[in-house]
Order: sequence, then C-alpha cells, then structure tokens
Amino acid sequence: MGGKLLEVHNVYKVFPGVTALADVDFALERGEIHGLMGENGAGKSTLIKVITGVYQKDAGTIVLDGQEIHPTSPLHAEALGISTVYQEVNLLTNLSVAENLAIGRQPTGTVGIDWKTMNRRAAGILEKFDIDIDVTELLGNYSIAIQQMVAIARALELDSKLLILDEPTSSLNADEVEKLFKQMRRLKEQGHAIIFVTHFLDQVFEITDRITVLRNGKYVGEYATPSMTKLDLVSKLMGKSLDDLKNFDSISNHVETGDDANLIDVKGMEKTNYMNPFDLKVRKGDIVGLAGLLGSGRTEITNLLFGTQKPEGGELHIKGKRVNLNSPRKAIAHHLALSPEDRKQEGIISGLSVRENIVLALQVKKGWLHNISIRKQTELAEKYIGMLSIKTSGVNQPIETLSGGNQQKVILARWLATNPELLIVDEPTRGIDVGAKMEIQRLLVELSKQGMGIVFVSSEIEEVVRCSNRVYILQNRNIVGELLGEEISEQEIMVRIAAKGDRKV
Amino acid sequence: MSRKRLFQISRRDMPLVATFIVFLLLYAFGGFSYRNFMTPRVFLNLLTDNAVLGITAVGMTFVIISGGIDLSVGAVISTTAMIVAVLTKAGMNNVFVITIALLFGTTLGFLMGGMIQYFKTPPFIVTLAGMFFARGLGYVLSLGSVPITHPFYTNASSIGIRIGNGKLSMPAMALLAMILIGWFISRRTRFGRNVFAVGGNEQSAILMGLPVTQTKIAVYTFSGFCSAVAGFIYTFYTLSGYGLAAMGLEMEAIASAVIGGTLMTGGYGTILGTLLGTLIQGLIKSIIAFNGQFSVFWIKLFTGGMLLGFILLQKIFVYGTKSRRKKR
Amino acid sequence: MKGRQIPRIAWPLFALGLILLFNLMFTDSFFAITIKDGHLFGSLIDILRRSAPTLIMAVAMTYVIATGGIDISVGSVLAISGSIASLVVWGGNTQYLTSAGSQYYAPMLSIILIPLVASILLGAFNGVMVSFIGLQPFIATLILMTAGRGLAQLLTGGKVLNFRHAGFEFVGRGYLFGLPFPFLLALGVIVLGTAITRLTPMGLYIQAVGGNRSASNFSGVNTRLVLLFVYIFSGFAAGLSGLVMTSDITGADAGFMGLYMELDAILAVVIGGTPMEGGKYNVGGTVIGVLIIQTLTTTILTKGIPTEYTLLVKAIVVVVVLIIQSNKMREVMGKRQGKMMVKGGSAI
Repeated sequence: MGGKLLEVHNVYKVFPGVTALADVDFALERGEIHGLMGENGAGKSTLIKVITGVYQKDAGTIVLDGQEIHPTSPLHAEALGISTVYQEVNLLTNLSVAENLAIGRQPTGTVGIDWKTMNRRAAGILEKFDIDIDVTELLGNYSIAIQQMVAIARALELDSKLLILDEPTSSLNADEVEKLFKQMRRLKEQGHAIIFVTHFLDQVFEITDRITVLRNGKYVGEYATPSMTKLDLVSKLMGKSLDDLKNFDSISNHVETGDDANLIDVKGMEKTNYMNPFDLKVRKGDIVGLAGLLGSGRTEITNLLFGTQKPEGGELHIKGKRVNLNSPRKAIAHHLALSPEDRKQEGIISGLSVRENIVLALQVKKGWLHNISIRKQTELAEKYIGMLSIKTSGVNQPIETLSGGNQQKVILARWLATNPELLIVDEPTRGIDVGAKMEIQRLLVELSKQGMGIVFVSSEIEEVVRCSNRVYILQNRNIVGELLGEEISEQEIMVRIAAKGDRKV
Repeated sequence: MSRKRLFQISRRDMPLVATFIVFLLLYAFGGFSYRNFMTPRVFLNLLTDNAVLGITAVGMTFVIISGGIDLSVGAVISTTAMIVAVLTKAGMNNVFVITIALLFGTTLGFLMGGMIQYFKTPPFIVTLAGMFFARGLGYVLSLGSVPITHPFYTNASSIGIRIGNGKLSMPAMALLAMILIGWFISRRTRFGRNVFAVGGNEQSAILMGLPVTQTKIAVYTFSGFCSAVAGFIYTFYTLSGYGLAAMGLEMEAIASAVIGGTLMTGGYGTILGTLLGTLIQGLIKSIIAFNGQFSVFWIKLFTGGMLLGFILLQKIFVYGTKSRRKKR
Repeated sequence: MKGRQIPRIAWPLFALGLILLFNLMFTDSFFAITIKDGHLFGSLIDILRRSAPTLIMAVAMTYVIATGGIDISVGSVLAISGSIASLVVWGGNTQYLTSAGSQYYAPMLSIILIPLVASILLGAFNGVMVSFIGLQPFIATLILMTAGRGLAQLLTGGKVLNFRHAGFEFVGRGYLFGLPFPFLLALGVIVLGTAITRLTPMGLYIQAVGGNRSASNFSGVNTRLVLLFVYIFSGFAAGLSGLVMTSDITGADAGFMGLYMELDAILAVVIGGTPMEGGKYNVGGTVIGVLIIQTLTTTILTKGIPTEYTLLVKAIVVVVVLIIQSNKMREVMGKRQGKMMVKGGSAI
C-alpha cells in the first residue's frame, strides 16, 4: 500500500433524485500524472469535488498518504495537502503576482507587511518554474497561461502532496499548453502526483501515465496510457462498441449541391491588429470549415462576418449584393446567424427561460413592432426542443440550470429560429459530451442538405474534416490555404497549419 | 526599485497622479486668482473644514474597495453628534460619552456587515436601512438642535499647533491621523490586503483561504467607526447635535473615493487618493467662497463636473489596461 | 433549484397584509371611506394619494434595476422639474416672489411640458453615460445627482418658489372619478410602462440586457437603445413626480424636494422582489413595496405615534422584510418543509 498516495474506495454521492457517484474507486500513485476522464455528467467533477471537500461523500473512504481523510471544504482539503487549479484561475487579478503567492501569509516586519521580502520570495518561487516576470505587476496583466503557472506555484508552495488540474488547458493555446506540460513533467520528476482532468484526448495521451474512466457516475476502469489506443479510450468513454464509432465517422460524405451562386463572397476584409485581409466564399449547402490553432483568426473571421467587430477594409457581398455589416442587427436582417464561441459570456442569457432564450434573435429580426406572443413563443420553443432533443423540464426552465450541451442546443435553436441562410457556428461542441457532439454534427450536415450555408469553426480537426466540404486553413490571422472535397483530410490540414506536436488528433 | 521605476509612472498609478495634478492645478488657480490663497492658513483650514468628510471617506474607501457601499455614514455622523450632545447635557462623564458615541457607530457598522454577509442582502439596501435607523434614533433623541456647552468642546477649537499664519487644528490632526491609520491598514496589514482580495474576486478569496466573512464584516465595522469619529469631530464645529445634520454627506464621501481613483466595482483604490478627492472637493468650496460672485450652488455643479471628468479619465485608464492585456 | 417555490411577491404582500391587519384591529375607521363632494376620503385613499410621487418613480426604477442598473439621480431630477415648473408658473420671473399668493396664469401646457422635456433630456444624459460611454450606472447617475441638485438651486436662486395656479394645482391636489389625480397619474405610468414592455419586445430585451448584456448584443438586441430607454423613462417619471409634488405643495424647494426619494424608490423596488443584479423584474411587487412604505408611515401618523419614530419603524420593517426575503431564510424554510429544493437533474 505504501506506493499509493490517494485511494478512493466505494465512494457514493447521492443528490435528491440523482446518484452522481456510485461505488467509485480511484487510486493515485506517487509521482504520476493520472488522467481522469468521462463525458459530461460522468461524475468526474463530482469526484473532484468530493476529494476537495466541496461536497461530502455519502459513503466510502478516501485515504491520503495512509490516513483516512474527511475533507469538509476546499480550505480543509488544502490544509490536508490537496490543491486544485481550475480552468478559470481562481486568483486575484487586481493584486500583484507576488501578493497572489503570499496573500494570507505575507511576511511581516515591525511596520506591517514587508513588501520587499515578499517580492523577493515570490521571484524566487517563480524562478524554480523558469518564469521570469515582474512580480510587482498586477496578475491580471499576464496571460492565462502565466496565471495558471502562478496558481500552480501557489498550490505547491502550500506543501501540497497532490495537485489537481481541472481542465487547465481549455483556454490555452498550443504554446501555452506545451509550457504547462513541461512544468507538469518537471513536477512529476520531483515526485509530485497530479490528477489531470481534461476533454482533450490527444493531451491525455501525451502527458498521462494512467487514465481512470468514469461513466454515468460509475467506475469503468483504470488503464495504463501506453496500453490504450485512442479508439479504445473513446469507446470506454462512450460505452459504445467500435462499430458504432465507425458508423459515426461516415457522415463526412458530403453531397455537393448544384447551386454555384455564392451565398456570401468576402474580398479583402480586414481589421488592424485583429485580422489580416482575407477572401472567403460560402455557397448554399456548403459547410465551410475554418481550421487553425487558437488565435489563428478563426473567431476573428466569425466576428467580422457577423458585424460584432467592424471591418476596416474589404468588401462583403451577400447573394451578389454588396452590403456593409457593422452590427449583429444588420447581419440578422441579412439572414446571417452566429453561435459564438464563448457560450457563457456571449451565448446564454441567464435569468431568462429556455423559451425566451430561443425566441430572442427571431424577435430582433422581426423588429420592435412585431411582438411575438407568449403562445407563439411557446410553440416555437417546443418545436426546437423536440427537433434538437433539448433536455429540459419545460419551456420555462431557466437556461442556467441546463447542462452545457443542452445550453448549446438552445443557442443553436435561437439562431435556427431566425431561419438563416448562413449559419456561423464557433466551437459548437466545446465542452459538451460526445453524444451531444454527434447530434450537433449531424444536425449541421442535415441543415446544409436543406440548402443552408454553414461556416464551421472547431478546435477538433477531425470534426472539421468530418463535416466540411471546404476548409480554409488559418495561420497567424491569415487564410493561408483552401482544401476542397477529397483533399480534406486530417493529415493534410495538419501539414498545412504546421501545427506543433501537442495538437495532433 | 530600479532607476527606471523612479521616472516611469506605472499605468495603474495614473488615476492617482491625475488626481494629484488636478489638485495642484486647482490650488494654483486659487493662488493666482486670489491673494492670500496660497498661505498656510488657507491650506490648514482646508484640512480643518474637510476633516469630517475626509475621515468618513477613509472608511467609505475600504467599503468600496471591498465591493460594497455604505449609505449610513451621514446619518451616523449626525446621530453620534446627537448622542454626544444629549449625554453631555445629561451631565455624563466625557469619557463615557465618547465611548458610547464611538460604540454606537461601530456597532451599527458591525450589525450591517453581519446582515450583508449572513443574509446575502445587497449592501445598498442594508446600509440604507442603517441610515433610516441612525437618523430615526437621532430624531427620537431630539427633533430640535441640542446645544453642547461643556468646556471640553467649547475649548477644543482653540487647541492646535500654529504653523505660519495658520493653525493645525484638532480636527485637522484627527484627519491626518485617520488617513495615516487608513493608509497603514490598507498597505501594511493582512486585513487591508484581504479587503482588496475580497473586492477583486470574492470567490477566489474564499478558495485561497482568506477570511472573507470576517473581512467584510470588519470593513463595515471600520466604516462605522470612522463615521463615529467623524461625528465626534463634528461636534467641535457645530457645538450641537442636530438630527438633520450631515445630510447627503454619504454621497460626498463616495465622490471623494471615486475622484481619488477608487473603482466602484471594488478591488482598486488608495487612501491617499481619497484624501486628495476630499481636498479637491474642499478646494472647489474654498475657491467659490473666495470668489464671492458665484453662488454656493455652483459647488455641487462643479463637484458633479469634476466627478464626470475623473470618471471619464478612469474609463480611459481601464480601457487602456484592457487593450494592453489583450496584446500580451 | 426547480420545484414549486413561493413566488417572491408573496412576502411583500404578506407584509402589507400584516400592516393592514394591524390597522384593522387597532386603528378605528382606518378602512372607512367616505364620499365628500364626490371625492373619496379616508386613510386608504390618503395612502394612495401620498404614495403617488414615489410610486411613479419606483415603477420606472424597476425597469432600470431590471437592466442591472440603478438611477440615484431621480431625486435631483425631481427637484429640477419642480423648480422649472414653478419658474414657468411665474413666467420665468422670480422678482415677484415677495407677492406670493397672487395668481399668475401661465399656459398649462408649458407648465407641464417644459419640465417634462427637461427631465427626459436629463434621463437621456444618464442613458448616454451608461450605454454609450459605458459608465457604471451608480457613478453615472451620481454625477447628475450631485450636479442636478446644484442646478435646481441655481434655477430658483435658492429660494422657495411659492405660487397659486388653479389649473396646475389640480395635478397634485385634484380628484378625478372620485380618486386622487396623482394616483391616477401613477396608474397611468404603470399602464404606459406595461404597454411599452408588453406590446413591444422591450420587456424581453430589458431582462436580456440585465441577464447578460454581451450575449444580448450578440443576439442582435440593441442594448444601447434599451438602456437609453430605461433611463429616459426614469427621467420622465422623476419629472412627472416633480410636477405632482410641486403642484401639491404649490411651491418648489430646490434644496430639499425629493431629497432621498431615490432611496425610497429603490427600496420599494427591492422590497417588491426585483433583484438588484437585474435580469428579472416585478412591477406589481414594486407597487406593493411603495404601498408598504406609505401605509407604514400613514399608520404611524394615524396611531398618534410621534413622527420621529417613523424612520426607526421603517428601518425595522425593512430589515424584517429583507431577512424574510433572503435566500438564507428560504433555505431554512425549505428545509423545514422537506425537500423543497430539488437539485437539477443535469448531473446524470
């Protein structure tokens, strides 16, 4: 038993009406990076919350370092030596880097806090991580990657035995992910144990030693990473056989429509310090994929097309007519729709019901004088709830109580309700479970067959390959290439965007 | 630290620097326009006349940095003065009187903080109820003005340190002392830094293990204490307690903090800035008083204009850091 | 968080009921309504009449707060409106102020329209500051609160402008259909607000902006226009409120008119169940909130309790209502009633 740092046995967690964890085991060796995986709702965040004391388990044991523990709060867990770094860094952006490392236990002298000593110590701590930054600068002035590094440094300064990284890479670009992985490997060499929670398959294979998979609140198994293939892992995650997966892959056979007229035709659109001039065409029935790394200009293009960012140059023709879109309102009037990348900030409107969220953009399109009656709103909402199989207790359920995938579907419904001719979807499948991903992909293909033009942005290249009949390759805020029909393959795209190793899919 | 730092003004100090420049400009304007303006006496009177506002604003700054607001301060000042007047009139010992007067404001602040924290009710509404309560108590004690005739208070105005043709009065000393205490707490104590942490991101502060509940309650308690001190100082000027005194002072205190660079969203602010914000408001009053042509009603208009100017400046500053953040 | 919950409005309604019940039991003829000269009289009618200025303000404030904003300038706007109205009554000439009591017949329309237009412009100033310049609502309206009071005092030269004007006095003192005219004006503002928010998508947009302004923008909602509207409506309501008050007291005291009224209005909105974070609103609750505050005051008056206790009682009632409404209390109540709080089923 001496080798195990953390052992979780037969843990149960029951919420009214839902058993979130049933008989779950988890074991972490010293000096390993252990991937914790599962679809949304599989119970991995519940498990993390039980280990970190956010929730109290209903049954089972948690043994840390040979001692049974009962963490009652994140603070208590931290005192026991369990530190967690979240995707949204929980530090204080309004204070300096040094203060973030020291707050609560600042060195004090005869006249209170000794800032000089504090800053010197902070610089020393970060030096161990090969981070050379001005520690007196506000934390908020640094990138998310640096902020996460500071968070990890803080966690380790607290003498944590166990570091939990909960989806740390979701908002990082490839370079930053590489930096993070470098630190993780170094910590591993020093004997630290890390639990790494992520959605990204490729990252799990790159960094972890072992993987524990949960599904529907149950323990599926623990596997040595090198012994697994990606397909193995996906089938474990989904609980589906490999045959199912192959069927799933076959939707990529996209049918070219005969209509050659351009739905939209962009020439030389640009905005200083935002996006370099680019050309782009979408025909009816096209699914046009935008492939590139984060920050390559994918989201920038969607914003320029939809008027949420005002282009400074270039021309936009919609069905042959030159138009100037400088606001989402105008774009909507021209039958465009954009499901934005940041679902929480730019998508859902919490407080409003599912019905109100669905009806919002259509109401905008209809204008001030054509109020949609509650009855019509309900009809409309029910139609899309059925069509997209949105799981909700009813049209009046507040949207913030839905799961991520269902929220995403509501946002799609909002835009489908406007009956757009061009639908722009930016990362519609991010952070949602594999089943819901599949449904959304199928829906997009279905819509394109009905003649809708679609611009599809995704970080997951296989998704782009599967759905698109044309792919633009992006690099450093430029469109650097275009692939058509048969040319589109993961390999080709990878070569074209000259991606770094960590994003291979 | 490095040499570069001495000459380079960090972007986040910009609002404070701007406030200081405006203060200097206003002071210079007064000096050029009116004889005797740039004398120690005028400057020391500036401190004396704005001591009540400044002391209150120290507490208010902490509350705003923590992400809250305290509307009760004006009422606490008036009621503290009323308590002093009524109890002194009843012949109570001065030490008891002062203790009770200070305890009233401090306790009220503590209770408001507790309610905000425990019941998660908006500070705006809770401190509004606190304002009603304090004013109400003042009215109950006496609807009219209660004079204070005790020699301790009547003689207090003669105490002070002569500087040139002016005098550093007791209220001015109290102001400087409270500013110093406020500065020390905000920069040199863990509690002070925790206030910034809570105002910056309460959730993070909780997860980082900081005593959020205690900090927030302490902030309102401290604000209550500052208002009580200000209320006590107030009796030196008026030598009376009056239920309608210090009406609207809470908004002036908020203006002091905002002009001094404190962000209403919490997490940013300095005590020195608040002092400057107070003195700028005081300068406007002095200049208009010296001028004699403008009616006193211009004070509010100028203060409003000044607020607008500073807020627009802050807006540019905040926008500046945001765009910089994106580029990194 | 699903499951059947007691609607938020139930608590303020309960509080109002308690105060009325108290009066029913302990105050003689509180509920008596008599008809004199074709007008209704009685404590209840008096409450309606006296609550009108705050009610008018609070209804508009509800929409402002629903967008996640706040308008603390309304007291000053009220003072400006009242000052302008009394200036107009005097034909802009304050020289004759000494002869207060003499009649002066300025055209009715100008007495009403000029202050209202000014108030709408002031509201628009707030709206522009919040929506286009992007200032925090509290700060933006603090500017006008401070400067506006000074402006009102400048307009009147710091004097209390008294007047007699039979036509204008009707606004604050008249009766129509047996009911006090100010109350009918308040009803009119409620109807106007409801019409705008229900017959157009404004109501939906107000909630959307309060819930998530950025997402509303992405959905094409003209968020700036929505914000501009709520502040203009608030300015308009404050102006109207100023007219009612000035007419009622046949004079304008720029220094004290409407002082702290913004706080009463905000208080009524919050007591009425509209959360200060915005995203939802409840105009009916606001009406009840105002009525609670006014009924309380009237009760104290009719019970012969010295007026100096009014604020104390108000403070206590506010604290009690806040505590009852708080989530903490709901949790405690919820636990008592068994499984009131059902965790959403999304964690399958």
